[in-house]
Amino acid sequence: MEIIVLLKQVPATDSLVAIADDGVSIKTDDLNWVINPYDEFAVEEALRIREAQGGTVTIVTIGPDKAVEAIRTALAMGADKGVLINDPAALAADGLGAARILAAAVGQLPYDLIIAGQRAVDDENFQVGPAVAELLNIPSITLVIQEEINDGTIRCHRTVEGGTVVLESPLPMLFTTQRGLNEPRYASLPGVMKAKKKPLDTKTLADLGLDAGDFSQPLVRIQAMRLPPERTGGRIIDGDDAAAKAAELVRLLHEEAKVI
Amino acid sequence: MSQNVLAITEQAGDHFRKVTYEILSEGKRLAAALGGSLTALVLGSGITELAAGAGEYGADRILAADDDTLAEYTTEAYAGVCAGVIDSESPAIVITGASTQGKDLMARLSARLNAALATDCVALALEDGQLMASRYMYGGKILADVRLSGSPQLVTIRPNAMAVEKTAGEGKLETVAVDAGEPRIRFIEKKMETGKVDITEADIVVSGGRGMGGPDFSVVEALAAELEAAVGASRSAVDEGWRPFSDQVGQTGKVVSPSLYVACGISGAIQHLAGMSSSKVIVAVNKDAEAPIFAKADYGIVGDLFEVVPRITEEVKKLKNS
Repeated sequence: MEIIVLLKQVPATDSLVAIADDGVSIKTDDLNWVINPYDEFAVEEALRIREAQGGTVTIVTIGPDKAVEAIRTALAMGADKGVLINDPAALAADGLGAARILAAAVGQLPYDLIIAGQRAVDDENFQVGPAVAELLNIPSITLVIQEEINDGTIRCHRTVEGGTVVLESPLPMLFTTQRGLNEPRYASLPGVMKAKKKPLDTKTLADLGLDAGDFSQPLVRIQAMRLPPERTGGRIIDGDDAAAKAAELVRLLHEEAKVI
Repeated sequence: MSQNVLAITEQAGDHFRKVTYEILSEGKRLAAALGGSLTALVLGSGITELAAGAGEYGADRILAADDDTLAEYTTEAYAGVCAGVIDSESPAIVITGASTQGKDLMARLSARLNAALATDCVALALEDGQLMASRYMYGGKILADVRLSGSPQLVTIRPNAMAVEKTAGEGKLETVAVDAGEPRIRFIEKKMETGKVDITEADIVVSGGRGMGGPDFSVVEALAAELEAAVGASRSAVDEGWRPFSDQVGQTGKVVSPSLYVACGISGAIQHLAGMSSSKVIVAVNKDAEAPIFAKADYGIVGDLFEVVPRITEEVKKLKNS
């Protein structure tokens, strides 16, 4: 089973994010960078499938030099090899541009299964996985919390509002992960040592047969970033006991906030 | 390209999801601004009667794709019908809800149509005939204004973010021929929790966190029942196995914007705040007066949630009976 994981390096979710001077990006200096949490589920699931069925797990990432760390972490978890697409034009792409680049990179590799996070927790596009599948003309299933593979067919449990839907697809296909799929392993020390020797190729768009000029006009452009309206709030309700406080709260919700 | 807006509706059983009324209302506003009309596309099986209702929310034309092969949402079958309609109608803007269906469908369509997509938008505006969309990034820590170009422009709308307006459209019903071909993905079954309102769609969410101390959420559930609310949970409550993953509010869970969010025993980690701070009104109940959640809450009660929350439930009951 040839498995490809689409992986992105993102700021850790406990980061405080500040807007850079250009007004359209964030300050990146003091951030702690990690594997996108949903992509971590993808790496773990790929490793479990390989452990059951044999095969190879290849990590494909678009990112700058420092994204090597995220790929090395995935290799230390047990993935076999990595491809980093490091090109200024790739870094400026929008969600669809990223999907076109990843589809071109994956198209150069053998694959039976592609696993991606449902979304990256930085740009929150929910777009790249299904878009890559569309460009490769393979089926896709998003938000998967459970899967089984039998005889070239994968059965996926997809989360929807208020429940789950079970779907079946032939391989090759792409699915995206949902929290609950698995509990990602930590990289072991021997894993970290081994990862240093695993193959990691760096490619430019030209190496993928793409023209950087095709990515210079993204269809979606950030015009401005701002911090969400700061909540002022902070009114603490006083009262003699729990009952008095509760009564005052419900009165305020009804008469002042008018939400109940 | 026309100046028209195409709204892709979504139903749950025999009724439209609430977000469908939101996208129809927003679609009508955009169509008016563009000087075009609003067309609703309703997909499903046995939906023609339901489809007619879209006219009450401003649809000038209603396209019903009514076919057995569309009884359950599958990406390929739905994307195929939508791509065909978009091809023949050439709308300027295609709008749908940022539901599990809408986000999946639009991601696939963006690649098929080579079209701009902004997902989970909380506000839309037109500038020189081009869409400007406001959407959260970095788990709700940043609000970005993005400009879409090209045609069509695709957007999904966060549930509960936009106002519903009942405005009569002409509501002319037409049928769309459906040829699903040989879909590769097969629907096997659906397992729904009966009567459960998803936290992303609920008007009120009552959540419990580490302060619940265990899997017994009965005090939170009782208040939720009284408020007709959905029950949410913090990441720590989910990590402890007290609640299912589908209930998790936060950066690695779901982002919610209900009109009322009640946080019980939740301290307010930055990832949790990111998932709920766009709620209209926030209430926090926590025994730790220093908990960060109080800085975000409109109303806070410092106290033991097991004493306070049942009292709130009683007061709500009294209010309803008064």
